[in-house]
Order: sequence, then structure tokens, then C-alpha cells
Amino acid sequence: MKRAAVVLTALLACGSAAAAVAATIPAPPRGNATISLPGDAGMAFKPGPGSNLAQAHCLACHSSAYVSTQPVLTRAQWTAEVNKMRTAYGAPVPDDAVPGLVDYLTARYGKP
Amino acid sequence: MAAGALPLGAPAETLELPFANGERPLLAFPQKRPLLVLTPRPPQLETPLAVFDQGVFTPNDAFFVRWHLASIPQQVDATAHRIAVRGAVRRELSLSLADLAKHRPVEVAAVNQCSGNGRGLSAPRVAGGQWSNGAMGNALWTGVRLRDVLDAAGLTAAAKQVQFDGLDAGVFPATPDFRKSLDIEVARGDDVIVAYAMNGQPLPVLNGYPVRLIVPGWYSTYWVKMLSSITVLDRTDDNFWMKTAYRIPDTPGNSVVPGATGFPTIPINRMRVRSLATNLVDGAQLAPGTRELRGIAFDGGSGIARVEVSLDGGTTWRDAALERDYGKYGFRRWNATLEAKPGAAYTIAVRAHANDGAVQPMTQGWNPSGYLRDVVETYRVSVA
Repeated sequence: MKRAAVVLTALLACGSAAAAVAATIPAPPRGNATISLPGDAGMAFKPGPGSNLAQAHCLACHSSAYVSTQPVLTRAQWTAEVNKMRTAYGAPVPDDAVPGLVDYLTARYGKP
Repeated sequence: MAAGALPLGAPAETLELPFANGERPLLAFPQKRPLLVLTPRPPQLETPLAVFDQGVFTPNDAFFVRWHLASIPQQVDATAHRIAVRGAVRRELSLSLADLAKHRPVEVAAVNQCSGNGRGLSAPRVAGGQWSNGAMGNALWTGVRLRDVLDAAGLTAAAKQVQFDGLDAGVFPATPDFRKSLDIEVARGDDVIVAYAMNGQPLPVLNGYPVRLIVPGWYSTYWVKMLSSITVLDRTDDNFWMKTAYRIPDTPGNSVVPGATGFPTIPINRMRVRSLATNLVDGAQLAPGTRELRGIAFDGGSGIARVEVSLDGGTTWRDAALERDYGKYGFRRWNATLEAKPGAAYTIAVRAHANDGAVQPMTQGWNPSGYLRDVVETYRVSVA
């Protein structure tokens, strides 16, 4: 409590926007915090030709919801997305998988 | 990490966000109440708008979550955690949280808002995380000034930017590690802090336990979670997350015509002034009589001067009452009353003015990444 009072005085003196609002200043945490993330939480790609490619090449880094929550994208937009994953994010998607992947994404999550 | 390690089960509930393909399951992630799941891996969780109606500070278990890269530590030891301070400094440091706490603690109420908050409302739509307006929250952050840490290390004359890195990483080595940088002048600001508490409690792991950077007034892309290194650069950072991602058009209003290419860009920076109603949704039906309208407003750090409410879609305006001021970086709650006449319809609009003179626009600018949403929000309501 003594420390909090000192801090409040110092803050008022320096006139910063950082202001003591809480009654006491919390101390830094100690020890472990452990969580268990739910993976893909049961979400999966829609079935259809090429879904195996999406499973093989998209799920390495992210769940299917990255795809399924997008607005309806055109073939050109899905092509750009696949290329961005490869060139910007370093996803090891082989050249020969790209056409099938774009076909699948356009058919199931896009428009021609 | 096994899928299903957490007993999530089937979503008990879904919520429909106000744009096409906006259905989201509500699931409880670790240390979180059920939130709107944009993506489970890496976790991106949106706060339901109703939470913002319940208080000026967003509870830690309701605070939105956004990670870029899927390799996220699921166990973090705060006692063993160290922050490396290096680069263009006189003395390299390796700071424990106890070392950090030797500096004078400060607290600041500040809004943490995703650059892409409201992206799902972009017209035309753009690819990216399809958030409604719940990728934001307001907390009381406790920590120490970054400036004090930098001064303890001693900046050299070459110092130009400060780069921040956290414990998260990509799945593949070729994936650019998530690092963000601020100009020295910004990094040395009074209110930029290395925070170890949020609303008086340790940060939830998904919000960056045990320590994260807080850059009040700036979009949350700079608020690096699980902060593990502070590197003083003698140049402008050219890593992917600064040079390529999180850029806005360097054009009037930071806006371009949809489809435009070849325009110059700059890193996203301070937040735009915004306001929202928190007890209304578009399409709501109200009971006749005196109805209270409530909401929040905030900006990039000048503070809120005035909030106006219109009942006719922006033709006429009247002032809302501003509630308690917790500081220029936080949510400012406002309220107004509506005499709801039986059978009437209203297009309720809310417009905030910041102390720096900025006012929300009536039409939303557009950029290819769907950043900077700041339009006057409108809510069409009818009275029974």
C-alpha cells in the first residue's frame, strides 16, 4: 500500500496520461500458466474433389476456418491467396498441387 | 497438442455477425468465456458486442484474441521468462519480470483494437480475418515504461527504431516470425509500457502472459504478446510484418478506389476516432416509451470531446452525455435517451469528435486490407 501511494504521487507529479486508477498496483506474475488449446475444435474442410490437397497443405499452419469464413472469393482471389501462402508465408505447397487446390477452393468456397 | 484436448464439444450456440457468411460458433477457450470463434488455430476470438454494454473495462475472460502464427507456447513460466534488450544499446540486458518491476510501475486505461476490426463490413468485401466490431477491448494495463527499460540499456546515437518479438513462431522456418517495430520517438513515449497485468490480474495466456507491449492509441498489431525481445535497430525495419503486411495507403484519408494498385503505402499507426452503440443492433425492435441508448467512443489518444446521436440517419444531431473519463486512451461511455413513439422507425447514428478535431466520416473509406474502419455506425430500429 505504501508503494502504491508513492507511485500515485509520482504519476500526478509527472502529468502523464498513465494514471493510477486501481487502489493497489498489482505485482508481476510468478510461475507457470498452462493452457490446452483445442486444435481445430472439430472444424474441417468441406468434402469434394481436392479436399485432400487442402487437408495436406492448408492445415499445417491453420484451421479450415481461415478458408470457410472468407467472403465468396473469385478464382483469381483464391489463386492470389494460395500464392501468398507460398511466397509470403513460406508454405511448402508444391507447384503441381496449386491448380487442384485453387479448383477446390473456388468450387467449395468461391465463385468462378 | 491433440485436437479436442479441451472438452469443447459441439458449440452450444452460434451467433450471426452482420455480414454474409458471418455465422460463428461461441466456444470457451482456456481462461475465456464463450467467445465468437473466427478461427480456432491459431486462435482468433471475437468479443460479442453485448459485453461492451456491461462496463467500461472489458473483462479479461471476454477480451478478444488474435494470433498470427500457430506455434504458441501453451505453458509459460513467468519466473523463468526473460526479455532480451539488445541491438543499438550500450548494455545488452536480459530482464526477468522482477528486474522489470524495479522500474516505477504505471497504469493506463487503453483500448486494444485490431487493425482489421470491422473488416467483415468492408464494401466491397476483402479477404482476411472477417471480424465484426468485436476485435477490440479496453483494459487497465499495469507495467513499466518502455522508455525506462531503453534508458537502462542506453540507446546509442544510431538508434532509429525498436523491434519487438514474442514467443510465438510459425510452423515452418520459412514463415516470417511476427515482429513489429516503432520509431524511437514513439517507443519512448510516456504511455508505451511493458505490461504484466491487465485489469489488475495476470494477462490470460491468449492475451500474452506473462508480459506484452502496450502502445496506447495505436492499433494492436504493435502490442506484441509474450514479449521476449526488444531490439534497437539502426535502420527502418524491413521484416515482412512491417514492410509488406499491416500497410495502409499513403493517400488522402488512407483510402483508395477498390481495385486500385500501385499507390504508396505506410505502416498502419494511430487509431481513428470511433463510436458504437452497445445496447442496439441493426434491425432491433424497441418497446415504446423512454429508451436509453448507450455506447462507447475512443480515438488514437487525444481523447473524446463530444459524441452526437442522430435519430434520422444523420440529418439532425444532438449531444449525448459523456460518462466518466478514465483517460484519453480508453473507452469513453456515452448515453442518450430516445422517446420511442409507437409504430415509429428510426435510423440511429452515432458520431464522435476527438479532442484533436477529428470527426467520424459518414462514409467509410476503403483499402485493400479492410483496415481503419471508422464510419459513423447506424442502427435501423422500429418501435412496436
